[in-house]
Amino acid sequence: MIAAAFDYHRPSSLADALALLARHGDDARALAGGHSLVPAMKLRLAEPRVLVDLSRVPELRGIVEEDGSIVIGAMTTHAELAASPILAAKCPLFAKTAPQIGDMQVRNRGTIGGSLAHADPAADWPPVVLALDAELDVAAATGSRRIPATEFFKDIMQTALRPGEVLRAIRVRPSGSAVAYVKTEQKASGFALCGVAAVANRTANRVSVAITGVSAIPFRARDVERALESGPLTPERIADAARSAAAGVQMLSDIHGSQEYRAHLARVNVRRAIERAIAHA
Amino acid sequence: MAETSRGPYVGKSMKRVEDPRLIQGLATYVDDLRLPGMLHAAFVRSPYAHARVTRINADAARSAPGVVAVFVGADVNQSCGVVPCAADMPNLKNPQHRVLADGRVYFVGHAVAVAVARDPYAARDAALLVDVDYEPLPVVTDPERAIASGSLLTHPDLGTNVAFEWSLSTGDEAELERLFRSADRIVRQRMLHQRLTPTAIEPRGCVASYHRGEQSLTLWTSTQIPHLVRTLLPGMIGVPENKIRIVAPEVGGGFGSKLNLYIEEALCSHLAMRLGAPVKWIETRRENMASTIHGRDQIGEYEVAVKNDGTLLAIKSRTIADIGAYPQLLTPAVPTLTGLMLTGCYKFKAMKMDVIGVYTNKMSTDAYRGAGRPEATYLIERMVDIVANELKMDPVQVRRLNSPKPSEFPFATACGLTYDSGNYEGALTKALRIARWNDLLDRRARARQEGKLFGVGVSTYVEICALGPSKAMSAGGWEWGCVRVEFSGKATVITGSTPHGQGQETSFAQIAADRLGMPIEDVVVLHGDTNVAHYGRDTYGSRATVLGGTAIVMCIDKILAKTRTLAAHMLDVKPDDLTFEGGRFSAKGKSVGWGDLAPAAYVAKNIPPRFEPGLEASSFFEPENFTFPFGTHIAAVEIDRETGEARIVKYVAVDDCGPQINPLLVEGQVQGGIAHSIGQVLFERTVYDEQGQLVTGELMDYALPRAHDIPPYEMGSTVTPSPSNPMGIKGVGEAGTIGATPTIANAVMDALYPLGVRHLDLPLTPEKIWRAIQSGADDRGGDRIPEADRSAPRYTAADVGDGALQVGNV
Repeated sequence: MIAAAFDYHRPSSLADALALLARHGDDARALAGGHSLVPAMKLRLAEPRVLVDLSRVPELRGIVEEDGSIVIGAMTTHAELAASPILAAKCPLFAKTAPQIGDMQVRNRGTIGGSLAHADPAADWPPVVLALDAELDVAAATGSRRIPATEFFKDIMQTALRPGEVLRAIRVRPSGSAVAYVKTEQKASGFALCGVAAVANRTANRVSVAITGVSAIPFRARDVERALESGPLTPERIADAARSAAAGVQMLSDIHGSQEYRAHLARVNVRRAIERAIAHA
Repeated sequence: MAETSRGPYVGKSMKRVEDPRLIQGLATYVDDLRLPGMLHAAFVRSPYAHARVTRINADAARSAPGVVAVFVGADVNQSCGVVPCAADMPNLKNPQHRVLADGRVYFVGHAVAVAVARDPYAARDAALLVDVDYEPLPVVTDPERAIASGSLLTHPDLGTNVAFEWSLSTGDEAELERLFRSADRIVRQRMLHQRLTPTAIEPRGCVASYHRGEQSLTLWTSTQIPHLVRTLLPGMIGVPENKIRIVAPEVGGGFGSKLNLYIEEALCSHLAMRLGAPVKWIETRRENMASTIHGRDQIGEYEVAVKNDGTLLAIKSRTIADIGAYPQLLTPAVPTLTGLMLTGCYKFKAMKMDVIGVYTNKMSTDAYRGAGRPEATYLIERMVDIVANELKMDPVQVRRLNSPKPSEFPFATACGLTYDSGNYEGALTKALRIARWNDLLDRRARARQEGKLFGVGVSTYVEICALGPSKAMSAGGWEWGCVRVEFSGKATVITGSTPHGQGQETSFAQIAADRLGMPIEDVVVLHGDTNVAHYGRDTYGSRATVLGGTAIVMCIDKILAKTRTLAAHMLDVKPDDLTFEGGRFSAKGKSVGWGDLAPAAYVAKNIPPRFEPGLEASSFFEPENFTFPFGTHIAAVEIDRETGEARIVKYVAVDDCGPQINPLLVEGQVQGGIAHSIGQVLFERTVYDEQGQLVTGELMDYALPRAHDIPPYEMGSTVTPSPSNPMGIKGVGEAGTIGATPTIANAVMDALYPLGVRHLDLPLTPEKIWRAIQSGADDRGGDRIPEADRSAPRYTAADVGDGALQVGNV
């Protein structure tokens, strides 16, 4: 388990990091917590010539409030998200999800930005940013832009990030307390066999639901959301709506779960996530 | 045992003396070794399960920076012997297992070439630069199809996929058939015992160093069996045994996977000689998953002849063991242990087991924690539950009815073994009491009324340990020990058993300190280096404490007898007048302790006539029989009806391994064993696809139990001494794995019983359970339990024993 040789840079500013990525182009990979990239390198599935370690870039850290939004630096670790008082008060879905990721060691090193940019189809953060309608701040040497989370995930491990771009921050609006993340673990990896994030607004009778682990990209369960739009969030209506959780979605299948089982889990976990979210309201 | 002085240590729970160095990172594992001029090896392994190697081009690898050499099969196979199989299996068809593939590869992970370089990075890069052309060949993966006529062949040159056929039966087979004809009912079930990957935390690895002047080889290797390696390695590399030193430094787990002589150990030794420099190889996790032995993997049809009152009459089985592409050290012996323990702790009148060992294009199976006994216990304990269900009887009652009573020991089994001692009823009763059995049944009844899936499972098990009497072992089953009271009056204890996590540095010190009357701090236990522990048969088969511990007792008895004459001489009394207590020989108001005795024995100026200087003795302990620990485990599970996830909500283990040297270590061994079973029952499995690709080739896909999968354990023990050794001890290293697998499986199946599910094969994954819930039938479309049976009460208070059980006093 030894990676191919590579050059290593640890810039101390975002500008330096972006310049390095621009200079080395396709040869370079940005290194966040390293929990996906480093194993891939050890297995020689990835052989970047240059690693740009983002761990000392101050612009990528911290959780702050800004214009009514909460801005989470991309290099914020899972453990920091679990412990953040701002998020606990304004957007508790992060604190509910973070403890369900990996183990203590993973949470102490792994970052939300790394997870989103890596776009593993079974990762836990994608459904969270989808359900929260987050916006993703992206920076490059050539300029910065903002991408809605719903337009970020393109395919298995492919995102809307362009070469040279770095995910800078995740921008969310306060959500209220009616949130939940319900996850069925893939027993070996601890990733999601099916994870569902739900954000409910009981007064507006509105729910947003996103699902990970069951398909090539995490997705918003729009059919479920629409079915719940015009009426009270009763157990019967929730159960009814949850039946369409996997409708029209091409399910993944592997030794850990067949298509049928994943679709079934999607339906069960969607119902449970919405129920749990409104119980917290 | 007149010399024995009882001391404060044996029987006491003591923390391990090993742990401070392990916890602080001060232990030395193979990968910690750095020798001057040391080279590093990396292997090129087959990505195909079966292929012809048509061309190997190592030019680029050889010319890469830092690379010393690259070797392929043609370079080394004539210089190295074949990998040994030590199992005593007549008629074994054994393909020549060479250190590197000879023009053909037979499983994914089969070593094709080895690159040697000045650092491990260059070695790995070089291995990846070796260009191998493969011509894929048809692959054999299904062992049942492999024995059908006209099947594709794993080793075409053998002409068959059948590696061996082995049968065990109780004398007269006509009697077996008569019992089956006269039975009220014959209960049949096909069962699969899935393949598992042992997955020690520390993968394998070795460092070989050859001294040209002395013509001697030292091999540091992460092994359970340095002594067996020293016996077997000469056959592979040509260095005589007395010029070989094997060192097992700190070993991070084995579970049977390091009870082997592997190609890498032989090849690194050969390369160290050939290249004139030490050679190190450290296994990667992916190599560990693909190229270190797997365990289990048996498929069997089991038939039990029973009377309607629940009496078990006879059992027969036809079992297919998928042994992979090559026999490793003990591969064929594993299913024979299944046969020997087939009847479990029950009074069957007759048995028969036919085993067919089958070659497939997979990694070898071999001994994995329990080695054949978990298979036996699982299938007999599942069968007893299925019998109870068919007869609408209480599974506890069926077990009670068929178990030998304490007065019936030594108990001759239908498999031909003699169980040394037992009180199966005692362990069962205690387990029921700890579990608050009736409360558990009430809880189940309530849960079922509420539409929940809740099940309770019991297993009464017996295992075979302390392997074993030499007449039953192919390379001697004794154990060796040596004890030296040093000049300083402190003791050095050397054992030929090779603990690698079990804690004998502590438990053997407890034994020695008590017998010598010394503080435990004055005793050091050494092991694992054949230049220190000259002889041994190492650690496997729950043997180390029983056999190695007894050898230590024998040594100490010899030393005490000798020291008595010295003490008598020094105190000017008769030896018989002396008493020995607290480390002092006393008579007539005078006494002398180790502080005076030991220097006197070594200075040797004032010693009795014909007294050999020094205070050292060594012993070989040869057991007359195996030992047969036993116990009862109970589990309760709750199944999430929607997702199929099974959660263990209660676990009770009562184990009887005889008198316990260190109850804390016993508890740890049982707990670890149960964890292994939780993995096996609920999610662990090694998966090869139809092309022989290893799907579970890394820990992202092979599911090991983690802390949050482990429920709280409620543990107890009973103590039934074995007559086969002076301490009466039995061994406990594998008990948890043997007892727990059927217990948890029975609990899950009990939870599904109201749905009419008769049997599901392991692992009982959420999806498998979910599908069973959906269809209300087992996954092979087997017999459904008739509707009318579902409400039948399976347990009554009377079955649970006396009134004391009701109050749940533990």
